[in-house]
Amino acid sequence: MELKQKLAVLADAAKYDASCASSGAAPRNSLGSQGVGSTEGMGICHSYAPDGRCISLLKVLLTNFCLYDCLYCVNRVSSNVPRARFSVDEVVQLTLDFYRRNYIEGLFLSSGIIRSADYTMEQVTEVARVLREEHDFRGYIHLKTIPDASPELLARAGRYADRLSINLELPTVEGLQALAPEKDASGIRRSMARLRLLIDGARDESRPTAPRAAAGLPPKPSAAPPFARSQSTQIIVGADPADDRTILQTSGAMYASYGLRRVYYSAFSPIPDAARTLPLQAPPLEREHRLYQADWLMRFYGFEADEIAGAPGGMLDLDVDPKLAWALRHRERFPVDVNRAPRELLLRVPGLGVKAVERILASRRSRRLRTDDLARMRVPAAKVLPFVVLADHRPGRALEASSLAARLRPPPRQASLFDTAPP
Amino acid sequence: MSWHDATLAHAADVQGWRDTARGLLARRVPPEAVAWRVAGDAGAGAPAGLFDAPQPAAQPPIPPASPAHQVPAAFITLAEHALLHSEPQRFALLYRLLWRLVQEPALRHDSLDPDRVAAEALARQVRRDMHKMKAFVRFTERPTAHGPRFVAWFEPEHHIVDAVAPFFMRRFTGMHWSIVTPRRSVRWDGRALAFGPGARRDEVVAEDAQEALWLTYYEHIFNPARLKLDAMQSEMPRKYWHNLPEARLIAPLAAQARQRTDTMLSQPASVPQRRRPALPALVDGRSARDAAAGCLDCPHARHATQTVWGEGPATASVMLVGEQPGDQEDLAGRPFVGPAGQLLDRALADAGLDRGTLYLTNAVKHFRFELRGKRRLHKSPGQRELQACSRWLEQEVAEVGARRLVALGASAAQSLLSERVAVSEYRGRWLERPDGRQVLVTWHPAALLRLPPEAQAPAYRQWVDDLAQIARVSQAH
Repeated sequence: MELKQKLAVLADAAKYDASCASSGAAPRNSLGSQGVGSTEGMGICHSYAPDGRCISLLKVLLTNFCLYDCLYCVNRVSSNVPRARFSVDEVVQLTLDFYRRNYIEGLFLSSGIIRSADYTMEQVTEVARVLREEHDFRGYIHLKTIPDASPELLARAGRYADRLSINLELPTVEGLQALAPEKDASGIRRSMARLRLLIDGARDESRPTAPRAAAGLPPKPSAAPPFARSQSTQIIVGADPADDRTILQTSGAMYASYGLRRVYYSAFSPIPDAARTLPLQAPPLEREHRLYQADWLMRFYGFEADEIAGAPGGMLDLDVDPKLAWALRHRERFPVDVNRAPRELLLRVPGLGVKAVERILASRRSRRLRTDDLARMRVPAAKVLPFVVLADHRPGRALEASSLAARLRPPPRQASLFDTAPP
Repeated sequence: MSWHDATLAHAADVQGWRDTARGLLARRVPPEAVAWRVAGDAGAGAPAGLFDAPQPAAQPPIPPASPAHQVPAAFITLAEHALLHSEPQRFALLYRLLWRLVQEPALRHDSLDPDRVAAEALARQVRRDMHKMKAFVRFTERPTAHGPRFVAWFEPEHHIVDAVAPFFMRRFTGMHWSIVTPRRSVRWDGRALAFGPGARRDEVVAEDAQEALWLTYYEHIFNPARLKLDAMQSEMPRKYWHNLPEARLIAPLAAQARQRTDTMLSQPASVPQRRRPALPALVDGRSARDAAAGCLDCPHARHATQTVWGEGPATASVMLVGEQPGDQEDLAGRPFVGPAGQLLDRALADAGLDRGTLYLTNAVKHFRFELRGKRRLHKSPGQRELQACSRWLEQEVAEVGARRLVALGASAAQSLLSERVAVSEYRGRWLERPDGRQVLVTWHPAALLRLPPEAQAPAYRQWVDDLAQIARVSQAH
């Protein structure tokens, strides 16, 4: 098969994986080398697909042949999609060619499971090894690890990759048993625990700074990371009956247990050649969006899963964002005095983000904040004002009014013929 | 008030602005009295006013900075970015801000001051432009006599080429490249950056054979069932599209998306052509350890990593039973490896025991915890967990066959003796189980770690004495 055809098949096979981030790597660059590549902490999105998702990495599968029969997966053994397999060199060459043209930040390599978990993991790791060792490639590498691969192979993969991930796939053990009978929920967790110990271990013994070559010159940045700096996972949303509370509780436990950098939520997407037992449906994109917002609240705003998805039924409100929904359920906690409240309370005000809260705290030292200060901070005033007291503003009875929720909800929208029309 | 003409060498002359501003400040020239210009830009930047016609033809040269004024480091960063904006008033705005920072010390804390807000807006737009340049520059490969050269055309909104060039140097060190923009260009030959004038688009833009592969990738990584054009455009505005080869695919891909999705949804499930090889049937008569690994009898089994089974020689005559695995034990899958385990190791050594001759396990096999933000806090097992796990513990006791059991703490004692036992009362004593096995009751190491520092040393000695009893009975037999 021609390279272009393989690329089409193996990119198609990778497009259902939500993760794309290329940030969080140890800073390094190619100065003083004959190679290319750098990472500067923050990743860069080099393009966007019409599905709104960023393209920052060459995200492909090494092969989409797979021994497993996970019902939600387009690459399951019983699916009739066309199959292909890249050679190690083909992936290496594509990565370098795309990187040199500044199309990408690096590589995100995953694979169907062929022969055995260990064999597959070895092949995936070999691509990263050749890129790092033979081409001195210093860009970002994310490897999808195979859950049952041996600890030695995980450790090896971590030496070449900036990030490793293992997909949890479904939020509950029962869900996994039903839809992916060959996957072992505790095997997935065991691998995550192993990775956490390896990542923590590498961080603890972070190597002493290299001796300076000459006075005034910074130490030469290393080509490859000593060990991956982070791990992430993906949960498929809407393929099984788990509610949002269950999903967020699972994520909360994952962050705490394995120090994950990110949990990606992937709305179950209709796939070509779907399995009989899985009903075809439109992807629950809005639900996915709300889960990301809720996840953000857990990571940066001090919310617990049970607070966010606290409404009866355990589902997030689709009309309003989770913070506003929480505030509407907890009006007794408001109004918050912007000029006096501590950080934790300010962070709970709908419409105030982490940056706005920092600015409020800094500005309070020299001025009493007023309504037009909010406008200068570019926060959505209509959303914030009912919940706060300012030098020239009190929400009065607005907070108790039963109409508040209705006012803050988006107006009902007429379905339009042109909703999905091209721009 | 006399006019001061401040002329900068070029539009991105940040260093020139700094030197001039410092000199003006030293001579206490107020911002209203300065007309900023860029050499070659006739009149640009001069304030338009009724009185600006007659300007002094010659001025005394501005002396180099004398007393250094302290300004916050954040202002320097702000200025370095805001000065690259294409807004003609930027030099005056930043000088006014600098002047005011010196005159009004409170300003450094006031992030809502209008001048500061305006300067930050400029800086933000410049940073966004710089970021988009890092993202959307597209190199094409040209063969030359000295090897390939990679050339890119880009149209920045602000004067950012000099500021972004080092990024490309760090990233593409091993490659020879040029980036050309309408106003300025930069070249890297592996040794140094060289800046030059701008050029026209048609002098630079060319096709690259690799582009076809890139377009293939772009087309196939797009999931038609998730069309979200607004989200795409907010990050990749249309003004960049004409320089991005993949952008010409956006309209056709979007147009076909709904039809592709509908077709996919309307197709019946197909009959699989390939079947997976049959899985080996589960072997019956698995060990208790394997069976426990899949146990979901209590709710926290779902959030714990794994069952932590005991370890030690299968023929050990003494079995130590703790409460439950902790955070480290849960991750590693082994009992007593965390801080409590390390204390136990020390006490065993002090009591003259070799850990390798003992079998160590826990009454409860899963880590039970409470989430507190991003931390897992140990939560003692309740009646329910002890009950649920007692069958696993009993199977383990039976498999190992140890005649002597050591209950570390109340939970272990309760599990082994099927009744609540006050550790403070029975500590150091051997009790007998209905099956004839002897149970020594003593503290759990975690309990010692929780004691106030002054109480730890005496408690530790008592604990070692208790453990030493094991050594004595082992020798007696």
